[in-house]
Amino acid sequence: MRRQFTASSLRLLDRLWPWLCAASVALSLLMLTALLSLLLVRGLGHFWPATLEEVTLRSGEVVTGEAIRETSLPQEAGAERLYFTGNRDVSGANWRWLALDDIVQRTTPEALVRLERTPWGDFIGRLVGIDAEGEQLEGQPAWEYLTAALALPASQRPSGELVLATADGQILRQPLASISHATAPNAMTWWQKTSAWGQRVWQFLSEGPRAANTSGGVWPAIFGTLLMVILMSVIVTPFGVLAAIYLNEIAHQNRLTRLVRIGVRNLAGVPSIVYGVFGLGVFVYGIGGSLDSWFFSNTLPSPTFGTGGLLWASLTLALLTLPVVIVATEEGLARIPDAQREGAVALGATRLEMLMRIVLPMAVPAMLTGVILAVARAAGEVAPLMLVGVAKLAPQMPVDGEFPYLHLERKFMHLGYHLFDTAFHGEDVQAAMPLVYATALLLVLIVLVLNLTAIFLRHYFRRQRGNEC
Amino acid sequence: MLASLDSANASQAPVTHFPAEHRALSIERFSLAYAGKPALRELSLDVPRHRVTAFIGPSGCGKSTLLRAINRLHDLNESVEHSGRIELEGQDIYAPRTNVTELRRRVGMVFQTPNPFPMSIYENVAFGLRLQHRLPKRQRDDIIEWALTSAALWDEVKDRLHRSAWQLSGGQQQRLVIARTLAVQPDVLLLDEPASALDPISTLKIEELIRNLKSQLTLILVTHNMQQAARVSDYTAFMHGGELVEYGTTDQVFTNPRLQRTENYITGRMT
Repeated sequence: MRRQFTASSLRLLDRLWPWLCAASVALSLLMLTALLSLLLVRGLGHFWPATLEEVTLRSGEVVTGEAIRETSLPQEAGAERLYFTGNRDVSGANWRWLALDDIVQRTTPEALVRLERTPWGDFIGRLVGIDAEGEQLEGQPAWEYLTAALALPASQRPSGELVLATADGQILRQPLASISHATAPNAMTWWQKTSAWGQRVWQFLSEGPRAANTSGGVWPAIFGTLLMVILMSVIVTPFGVLAAIYLNEIAHQNRLTRLVRIGVRNLAGVPSIVYGVFGLGVFVYGIGGSLDSWFFSNTLPSPTFGTGGLLWASLTLALLTLPVVIVATEEGLARIPDAQREGAVALGATRLEMLMRIVLPMAVPAMLTGVILAVARAAGEVAPLMLVGVAKLAPQMPVDGEFPYLHLERKFMHLGYHLFDTAFHGEDVQAAMPLVYATALLLVLIVLVLNLTAIFLRHYFRRQRGNEC
Repeated sequence: MLASLDSANASQAPVTHFPAEHRALSIERFSLAYAGKPALRELSLDVPRHRVTAFIGPSGCGKSTLLRAINRLHDLNESVEHSGRIELEGQDIYAPRTNVTELRRRVGMVFQTPNPFPMSIYENVAFGLRLQHRLPKRQRDDIIEWALTSAALWDEVKDRLHRSAWQLSGGQQQRLVIARTLAVQPDVLLLDEPASALDPISTLKIEELIRNLKSQLTLILVTHNMQQAARVSDYTAFMHGGELVEYGTTDQVFTNPRLQRTENYITGRMT
């Protein structure tokens, strides 16, 4: 077959193959950039105070809302634009599609406000006035009173009632206590918008979720993810390192060792949900159930450890990431030249001294790499967690001021699961979509930061012990 | 007294044994096999105290294997079997009660490629000391200075003792390894082709160092370099196929070998 290639086609292939390789790199980079920019734009764009429009339709109806996107209709029937109109309590829906042909006028009046309310979601319309503790305010003073009141902590806010008007002239009365944020984006300068954006990003990071995870922040999920990952590392590191030392330094290098090594490598490829099932069966029902019957029998039948919780989730993920740590550490140990070991032994070091003083310090960068790879994997796992302890909405944080401060048996929130839940199980998925992007971005950023930490630490340790490694 | 011994041996034809008061090491009918494959066969020779003894021979003749046997480095390898005796100052080093770490302190070893540990120059030399007993810092500093001076490295590194040892040149690294070994005050120093990875100037420095060190301890040098063996050593053992072929003063072995095989090897007709 080879003969059939002409010399010139071979030469062409010869010229082309570097380009082929370059093209595949370029394609991968392009996809990654697309992924990251989608997350960045959709995730961070959500927090920018969007311009509110007041749209007059041909029928005379007036609609207020935020323009989201346009779609052209099939068979050249024109185009429609999607508006987020809020006011679900008045109109029954948060969203409205308007045909472009029906729109007579689009304006952006500065008086339009957007209020975030605890029941019913956002309100978009005009603030008519405030009845506050006997005072009656209208127009600009009312707006100033409202912003001043919202700047106070929730407990110190005055009681009062807002008088609101929707675009079609309906009047609503809304208690001040139900409002969490108020903006008048059309009246804001660019600088005010930027600071409002920063504030909203901070709220997203530092507050708990509201309205069944479709709005509010993700702080409990960030905290839960980090705590779970830290616990997991604390469990997996000693086990993984000791196992790698045994395999590489102590065990006879025979067929059995090779078999164990292949087994460990293949464990890394077992689907994570399988680990979840194992964790549920062994940790939660087996060990957790026994713990409950021994130590917490007074609270049975409501389980303490016999249900999914932080400890079982950490253990399951530790098991899941154990092969990663073992393989990375073992590779690090294998890279240490035997001359180093012999040098130490020839000076009268025992095997333990040789391990502790020469081999392990040299393998620290590799161990770190393993642990961080494990952490990055664990931070992104969702499937096993659904079986062993993650909650859609955890009523309590796993760490609080109550003895023993760290509550290993509690359920916790996790960014990956929060993402899944927000995207598929909310009442208003459309409204939660930007939060999905923002959460995804956050998850990517956390994993990125962890990886960068690993790279930094590895370089630091390498530099500490000479220039090359 | 040793000088008279040297001259006496120069005339005698086969030398494999020395009177007890002159011998540091005595190897008797020592055999060793890797995973059943014999590497040393019934080797017998004595190594004189405070002399440089060179082991020469073609690759695979067992000279490095013998060297490592003296320091019991083969203990790390499970598939090695041996028989016969090696005595250090009259004590069988393979006796069951031998303290192996103490033996390795007394018999230092320097390898072909410099293997400084990934730590500072100071810590490298202090490594062996720290393994034994806690010394006051002053005393430790003195020993380290003495060891580095003995290894002809002190002047080059005294200003950067706490820098990484891996920043030294190859020749400096090898002298550092020698200093590290000297710091624990061994009786015997085993050198396994210590200069083969070094440039000619570093090689000369190492050779000079070896000649100077023999007033302090017994040295055994494995080398592929005939000129080096001739320049540095007092006694030379020629090995081939795991057996000792000829052993005598370096002068005699190089100028008047008894056996044709030795002469062929030395003159480069057999490798």
